[in-house]
Amino acid sequence: MAAVQAAGTQQWTMVKALNEALRRSMDENPKTLVMGEDVGRLGGVFRVTDGLHKDFGESRVIDTPLAESGIVGTAIGLALRGYRPVVEIQFDGFVYPAFDQIVTQLAKMHARALGHIKLPITIRIPYAGGIGAVEHHSESHEAYFAHTAGLKVVSPSNPEDAYWMLRQSIASDDPVIFLEPKRRYWDKSKLDPAGTPSLGLHEARIARPGRDLTLIAYGPMVKLCLEAAAAAAEDGLNLEVVDLRSLSPWTSTPWPSRSSAPAGPWSCTRPRCSWAWARSWRRGSPSAASTRWRPRCCGWAATSPPTRRPGSRTPSCLTWTGCSTLSTAPWPSEGVRRPS
Amino acid sequence: MEEGDRTGCRQPRRPERPRSERDRQAQDGGAEGCPRRPRNPAESGPPDLVQLLTPQGERREHPDFSVEITPEEMRAIYRDLVLVRRFDAEATSLQRQGELGLWASLLGQEAAQVGSGRAMRPTDYAFPTYREHGVAWCKGVDPLNLLGMFRGVNHGGWDPNEKNFHLYTIVIGSQTLHATGYAMGITKDGSDDAVIAYFGDGASSQGDVSEAFTFASVYNAPVVFFCQNNQWAISEPTEKQTRVPLYQRASGFGFPGVRVDGNDVLACLAVTRWALERARNGEGPTLIEAFTYRMGAHTTSDDPTRYRVADELEAWRQKDPIERVKAYLVREGWADNEFLESVAAESEQLARRVREGVRTMPDPDPSSIFEHVYAEGHALVDEEREGYLAYAASFADAGTEGENA
Repeated sequence: MAAVQAAGTQQWTMVKALNEALRRSMDENPKTLVMGEDVGRLGGVFRVTDGLHKDFGESRVIDTPLAESGIVGTAIGLALRGYRPVVEIQFDGFVYPAFDQIVTQLAKMHARALGHIKLPITIRIPYAGGIGAVEHHSESHEAYFAHTAGLKVVSPSNPEDAYWMLRQSIASDDPVIFLEPKRRYWDKSKLDPAGTPSLGLHEARIARPGRDLTLIAYGPMVKLCLEAAAAAAEDGLNLEVVDLRSLSPWTSTPWPSRSSAPAGPWSCTRPRCSWAWARSWRRGSPSAASTRWRPRCCGWAATSPPTRRPGSRTPSCLTWTGCSTLSTAPWPSEGVRRPS
Repeated sequence: MEEGDRTGCRQPRRPERPRSERDRQAQDGGAEGCPRRPRNPAESGPPDLVQLLTPQGERREHPDFSVEITPEEMRAIYRDLVLVRRFDAEATSLQRQGELGLWASLLGQEAAQVGSGRAMRPTDYAFPTYREHGVAWCKGVDPLNLLGMFRGVNHGGWDPNEKNFHLYTIVIGSQTLHATGYAMGITKDGSDDAVIAYFGDGASSQGDVSEAFTFASVYNAPVVFFCQNNQWAISEPTEKQTRVPLYQRASGFGFPGVRVDGNDVLACLAVTRWALERARNGEGPTLIEAFTYRMGAHTTSDDPTRYRVADELEAWRQKDPIERVKAYLVREGWADNEFLESVAAESEQLARRVREGVRTMPDPDPSSIFEHVYAEGHALVDEEREGYLAYAASFADAGTEGENA
């Protein structure tokens, strides 16, 4: 069994929060399995599964052959047998060999069976850049998955969300692509692992209230937007930051419903503009879809749609050249100062 | 991989792997100094073929495999074979009549499917391709269930756990991994159930099948890989998929491979029983290559006259899986005309039931496509369903007018 669990409020890194989420999910449900490359004795290349092999044994923490399609394909079989596999894909760029199993089988099998079977599989993928890695280790492929019917796609931006969202993903009866912003793995935040989550898995969060402009982001970009908002505040600009958290589905509005909305910064009585930041490519990306928000949440017809700042149509950035951490699009100059 | 040599022949730069002396003789050293094409086993007769019932309906002994069969069992096998073939023929007819969009016929593969299907216990699980109608029959799946997806009223639709028969998998080879994962779960449960993964000669080229072999071997999973080598992957013969007999691939993964006469229901039954027993006893996976022939087209959309000759079909017709069972039954005095006629009559009854069942299959509500996309719902799907229903409702008046006109 698992080691004694920490009680009370903790100050954990995202890696530790994910590790504890796995541990507690495995404690709660003996059908929960962890599987992937090097997740056993090594504890995963990022150590997210550290200690689980020792505590739960090799039957539940499975070091798999080096074959991503095989990992996801056998996870599907295990789920059909009643297990609840949590799959680790070692790096974002290594998921493509499993893409067919994810898109063709995992995403569609529940509908194919008219709901007779469930596929409660969570696929954890460390994604996006910022750690100075070689090619295939810094990819942002969330748009592929977010556009696939049958999958749910989420990405936490901080340790507390990582903890709760992973537990909620594992508890979900739907397949969840769980994208971990690897550059934030070592960020710390406070959380009470014995508490209760403040949001549902697919609810967005207003990470910072503000009234002049809304920045919409998810995963690794949220922290950057918060830094930008802090910098802009020095210039007298009051920016709101929305953390999407879930890319499929996403809440039609992160703001409280109009009837209950306070007249504060999310008031729909005057024009506002917003910017969406995403790491994935522009067209068809979550940032593109976020433009749907404007008419829906605010109800006014005019004014411009959100300005989007997605990644560029290039391979992932060369780390040595120190390319923009946000995107190749120029940092918006309209009153927002780039954090130094 | 290939380059021209001085004689102008195209040949591999080097062998992909060590080959047996027999393979080398078969594949290399042509009289003109050019290597021959890989031998097509269908032309020269397959090596190491397990056969217990000859095409003439005579029993054969095999040093490793045997099967005790009672007259009742033999008659039941014959009945299965005949009914499955009749169902298949009816489905082909229904496609021709426009009642089905497509059909993938199992004609010629009845023995491989009924033999392996009957080897399973009810608690064993089968992971089929889209052609395993005979296995479905043996597992007790209502044939009408198989026709929904071919009619286009669902994408499968049956509950796989009801008869332990998974949904048809269309993308080639994917199900071998599901079968392996399921078998890994059986091991974790401490159960002695076993799994059969069905696939074909074309699927043997898919990476997923190799990965399934690896996972099954490494975890010693109780799974039987049952490959129906029906000689054709649509238009491509087996020699376009492999340079070694398929059953030999198993040795590279560390488990046994056996080639069985796929048109011999007793051999298929005996070898599959043996492989399932190995699985139950913790001895891990087995590869069975059932050497058979797809007598019909790949599907009703295919025209096999474009790529294969009538002689080949005729040669395989002489090895028909049902005729040999019938000959055996009659020779042993286990079946008389009355029995044979009763099975024929029952098969017509089945065909009638299938025909009527398909024609009266309820049309799905168009909005049903929004159901079951997710187990726990999805905001966008809900919104789209509402939008569709509102759109459909807007035609309510127009529809009435149209009917009156």
